[in-house]
Amino acid sequence: MDLILVNLIDGLVTGLLLFMLSAGLTLIFSMMGVLNFAHASFYMLGAYFAYQISTYVGFWMGLLIAPPIVGLVGAAVERYGLRRVHQYGHVPELIFTFGLALLIEELVKFIWGNDQIPYQIPEILEGAAFSISSYDIPAYKVFMIFLSLAIFLGLLYVLTRTRVGMIIQAALSYPRTVEALGHNVPLVFMGVFGVGTALAGVAGVIAGPVLSTFPGMAVVLGSIVFVTIVIGGLGSLGGALVAALIIGWLTTFAKAYNVRMEDILTGLGFNKPDPIWDSAWRDLWTLTSPQIADILPYLLMVLILVFRPYGLFGKRDV
Amino acid sequence: MKTIMKLGATAALSLALGTTAALAENVKIAFIDPLSGPFASTGINGLHQYEFAAEALVNANGGVLGGQNFEIVAFDNKISPKESLIQLQVAIDQGIRFIAQGNSSGVANALTEAINKHNRRNPDDRVLFLNYSAVDPALTNDKCNFWHFRFDANADIKMDALTDVIAASQDINKVYIIGQDYSFGKAVAAAAVRFLTEKRPDIEIVGNELHPIGKVKDFTPYARKIVASEADAVITGNWGSDMLNLGKSVIENGFEGPIFTYYAAADGITAAFGETGKGSLRLVSEGPLNPIASDRAAAYVDAFKAKYPDGNVSQARITNVIEMLAKAINEAGSATDVVAIGTALEGMEHESLWGGTIKMRPQDHQAIQDVHIFAHTDENVKFDYDNSGYGMVVENTVAMASADSPTSCKMERP
Repeated sequence: MDLILVNLIDGLVTGLLLFMLSAGLTLIFSMMGVLNFAHASFYMLGAYFAYQISTYVGFWMGLLIAPPIVGLVGAAVERYGLRRVHQYGHVPELIFTFGLALLIEELVKFIWGNDQIPYQIPEILEGAAFSISSYDIPAYKVFMIFLSLAIFLGLLYVLTRTRVGMIIQAALSYPRTVEALGHNVPLVFMGVFGVGTALAGVAGVIAGPVLSTFPGMAVVLGSIVFVTIVIGGLGSLGGALVAALIIGWLTTFAKAYNVRMEDILTGLGFNKPDPIWDSAWRDLWTLTSPQIADILPYLLMVLILVFRPYGLFGKRDV
Repeated sequence: MKTIMKLGATAALSLALGTTAALAENVKIAFIDPLSGPFASTGINGLHQYEFAAEALVNANGGVLGGQNFEIVAFDNKISPKESLIQLQVAIDQGIRFIAQGNSSGVANALTEAINKHNRRNPDDRVLFLNYSAVDPALTNDKCNFWHFRFDANADIKMDALTDVIAASQDINKVYIIGQDYSFGKAVAAAAVRFLTEKRPDIEIVGNELHPIGKVKDFTPYARKIVASEADAVITGNWGSDMLNLGKSVIENGFEGPIFTYYAAADGITAAFGETGKGSLRLVSEGPLNPIASDRAAAYVDAFKAKYPDGNVSQARITNVIEMLAKAINEAGSATDVVAIGTALEGMEHESLWGGTIKMRPQDHQAIQDVHIFAHTDENVKFDYDNSGYGMVVENTVAMASADSPTSCKMERP
């Protein structure tokens, strides 16, 4: 029972981190129709910038300064890169972001090297916040939960309760009409791209110390972010949150318990082939849940695409 | 007259060129390891250690055979076995007789097979394989051959030493084994189970698990399982970011026992662990820096750090490779007759720069040496890693580890 509660908290942390990454991506995708392959690279930039800043003025200033810098870089990329490529259609845009991801990775290696860098959590957040029976919950995880929730509520407020949010939402659905009404839609696009990448930057700043900061960190998270927004529904912030949490809990529980395929199959009434090592079904019978934990979100995505192509909360087809 | 002068000049010139060429004929060693891609930092740091060892230990002392210098020629294999075979061919075509490689047993397996084949077919330009890091036990057992020499302790020897320490510790009654899902991770797990049941049958193995290599974003669920299993110690063969993330996650989520590792040091890992790893991390390896064996060794490390401030002397055995090769060449009296050099290496005993004796076991070409268990700490650290103040300090030493371990090698000598 205790372990379930602990895993719920761990899954929540993973899910919220994923949400911060996918929130920006889903907004960018639904608004511009651009699958930003470089999104996870901005996450990596966030971690590296924050590390560099933290070596001079400490972790908290890093948390404060790094995301806006990442956002500015993102806005510049939109203004001087994507906008120019936009006129040639979606495929060049796709290739542009793909190339950008490679470029950022090489740049990071060039500046900071191939090694892990010693980006540490601040001293005040070291150690356990509280324990559930013998399981420690690190203080840093509690901090991550509150920060991500605050960002989610803030975003929700801006998007649904303010004038800027209404323009963004309108530009999402009817960009031409909004333009005709005298709003500067390209500026809105640039703003959304900047904010979206800044959010990825925040995720990088707070994930860097726990998931380690190295040039491969973008690749590790790159594909799962797309899975999240497809499951949640394109353009839906709530959908991104729900999907991120589902993925977080799904993978955490699959890894935390050794559910064996053998037990499931015998439970379903199949007989175990004997001897198992000669059977064609050997690989299926010997599977355990931690081995397939990281594939489960992709499986879920396929199911969603088959039965509900517009995602859990989406309003239009992928 | 003019023609004669020209002829004479040409003859004199070619004579002069010929003699300088003969004088400066270097003994070339091909270094085939990743110099680009995700493992580049390990490869480049290894290359620096080779170049420095060749310069400081051989060339500065007058070279071999009365004046021939060692020269390291670098080849980038991108840690791919296929690419390594291409680079091997290039090296052989350049007339290089010595191949040094270490990163990844997959590459080493491909190389040893290719070299064995090449040497059988081309008796005139045979080469030697100096394996300084690939620790798959098979290389000195089923897949052994005369041309392959391993200077590192293999995975079984290291596990033998680790389990000696675990067996002697009465606080450890439950052990959790976790590793990466590929040949090396499986070899480590199998060896751990074998040695533990042999030495301390009362120790319960509460978990034996493999995780996808390089794919796990967050090790927290694994850490929870380890804590839930009430294990007293963790054994892992993980390396790179898998090592760092697993270790950090396990420690941060409340595990307090020792974590026994193979590769939790240098290449940024020591710095990234920092204070977190203190008191938990143990590492099995050779070549101690703290305490250092001699003033000569201390001077060597200082000189290396002066030349490569960001580098680490993380693979101490590289100096053994260079010194033993130089000795063997001098003993054989030739830098090209690799059969004579290989025979000289067989059974050679060598006083290591890092203390202790290295003995190249003739029956399987496995170097037998002192193996140490190190602790990650910032106390009594004179030579740190990653300029972090943290380093590896000797806790236990197993002298001439596994000297009488069995081998399935049936060496065919040329």
